[in-house]
Amino acid sequence: MTAITVDALEKVGAGGTAAPVTPIRKVGLSVPPPPAPSQLAGPSSMEQDAAVMRAFLAAVLPPLIGMALLIGIWHLATVNGGSIPTPGKTWDAAAILFADPFYSNGPNDQGIGWNILASLERVGIGFGIAALVGIPVGFILGRFATMASMINPIISLLRPVSPLAWLPIGLLVFQRADPAAIWTIFICSIWPMIMNTAQGVMRVPQDYLNVARVLNLSEWKILTKILLPSVLPYMLTGIRLSIGTAWLVIVAAEMLTGGVGIGFWVWDEWNNLKVEHIIIAIFVIGIVGLILEQALVFLAKRLHTES
Amino acid sequence: MSPEKFVQVEKVGMSFDTKKGKFVALTDIHLNIRQGEFVSLIGHSGCGKSTLLNLIAGLTLPTSGVMLCAGREIPGPGPERAVVFQNHSLLPWLSCFENVHLGVERVFSKTESKQQLKERTTRVLEMVGLGHAMHKYPGEISGGMKQRVGIARALAMEPKVLLMDEPFGALDALTRARLQDELMKICDATQATVVMVTHDVDEAVLLSDRIVMMTNGPAATIGEILSIDLPRPRNRIALAHDPRYMDCRSAVIEFLYAKQSHPIAA
Repeated sequence: MTAITVDALEKVGAGGTAAPVTPIRKVGLSVPPPPAPSQLAGPSSMEQDAAVMRAFLAAVLPPLIGMALLIGIWHLATVNGGSIPTPGKTWDAAAILFADPFYSNGPNDQGIGWNILASLERVGIGFGIAALVGIPVGFILGRFATMASMINPIISLLRPVSPLAWLPIGLLVFQRADPAAIWTIFICSIWPMIMNTAQGVMRVPQDYLNVARVLNLSEWKILTKILLPSVLPYMLTGIRLSIGTAWLVIVAAEMLTGGVGIGFWVWDEWNNLKVEHIIIAIFVIGIVGLILEQALVFLAKRLHTES
Repeated sequence: MSPEKFVQVEKVGMSFDTKKGKFVALTDIHLNIRQGEFVSLIGHSGCGKSTLLNLIAGLTLPTSGVMLCAGREIPGPGPERAVVFQNHSLLPWLSCFENVHLGVERVFSKTESKQQLKERTTRVLEMVGLGHAMHKYPGEISGGMKQRVGIARALAMEPKVLLMDEPFGALDALTRARLQDELMKICDATQATVVMVTHDVDEAVLLSDRIVMMTNGPAATIGEILSIDLPRPRNRIALAHDPRYMDCRSAVIEFLYAKQSHPIAA
């Protein structure tokens, strides 16, 4: 393939595509999992317990200290008054907010739970359609060089476009806010899946393809036994990047389209000047994004160990 | 088709188009391989021995000349010319059993029941001494075991010709010796026709009926062919002091280091 893909791949982000550089080898040479603490040769259970405790503290303490520092600085910066509320005040507001997350007083006043779910639904639909389209397109681009040189310039042209530039097109075509937001999610989250899947297909080791040729495997067997398993790690990286993008985009899109959703909620609270709620929303958006990301990382690990 | 010319390589040449122009890898190769014969291809790196093997496998097609197997032109790769790859090339997401079964299914599923296919796969894995480990994944077994699975995968398809590309090159000396012994037994039992690429002189002499020695590339061709008339079954310990073995060995070494000294040294 051409330099376009490589270039584009670099832009996708080193963190994303660098992760599965040799995913197959990793599986092939997989090191047995570290022995569980109970299998470690320890003279007494007391010492074992102490070792487990130390390992636990070493894993948990630094992040806790980091969080405490953040909240401490936040508190120091806001305690003497100003427009930003203190952590304590924000916490009190959050406690009230999360006491009843699923109330509904009409379309413009719904609990935070409903708002999160509405956003997740849009992300789910937009991202789902993007996966259904993007992954097969990635396979085609990776497999057929002509298609790749045909489509790659278009991808390079469209990929850097800001999500919000797509929104008017969606509004124009669909005439309604909700599908327009989903459309924006779709168009923004499709690129990483196309790029990564195509990369994965191109990097299927020639050895495996030679095996397929010598064994004279059918196209179906090549797809299911060779291509899909070896592309899977790349695909998952693409999916992870996509879902991250989708979650970034939804807040901006909802701010513009309105309705129910975490993005609109932020805007609404800004209009009400409830700054505590905006800060809560920032945390909620961050935490949901983190959960989505971690769920996919977990899934990727599961698939690695199973294969 | 005569059994004397089971594999026929007639006037074969192979060149590749590179950025610097045409690169001639092989030229004017003539070779007939008997049914049941064990032939080794030996030569310095870059002499095109793997290229020749890939041609017989059908993975690449010659730019000139004709390649025949069992009287028919070689149209492309296929299970009747099974390849044992240098780096075993097992699919890491399939167990050893599934790796072997993939080929078995392809070759025999039209004529045999699922049960028979499974038995066939099990039998071959037991033959290479992996009955106990067949449900393990390639990542869980040693290099020698992986290469045995690779050999089992090739043998299980009951190929007309078994093609091996430095099958033991990546293994330690002890494992290599054991697998060579096992390979000799298997070849004895199955009367397989084998073409093996190697750069190990002892391996070539121990296993082969004939050693095809190739000149240095580019435009490599067959330099000499040495018949090894040592009786079978062969025993590496007994052969170590056998003068005939020594003669064969010196003949190959003479060719490799005196007549075709390494291109860098020349």
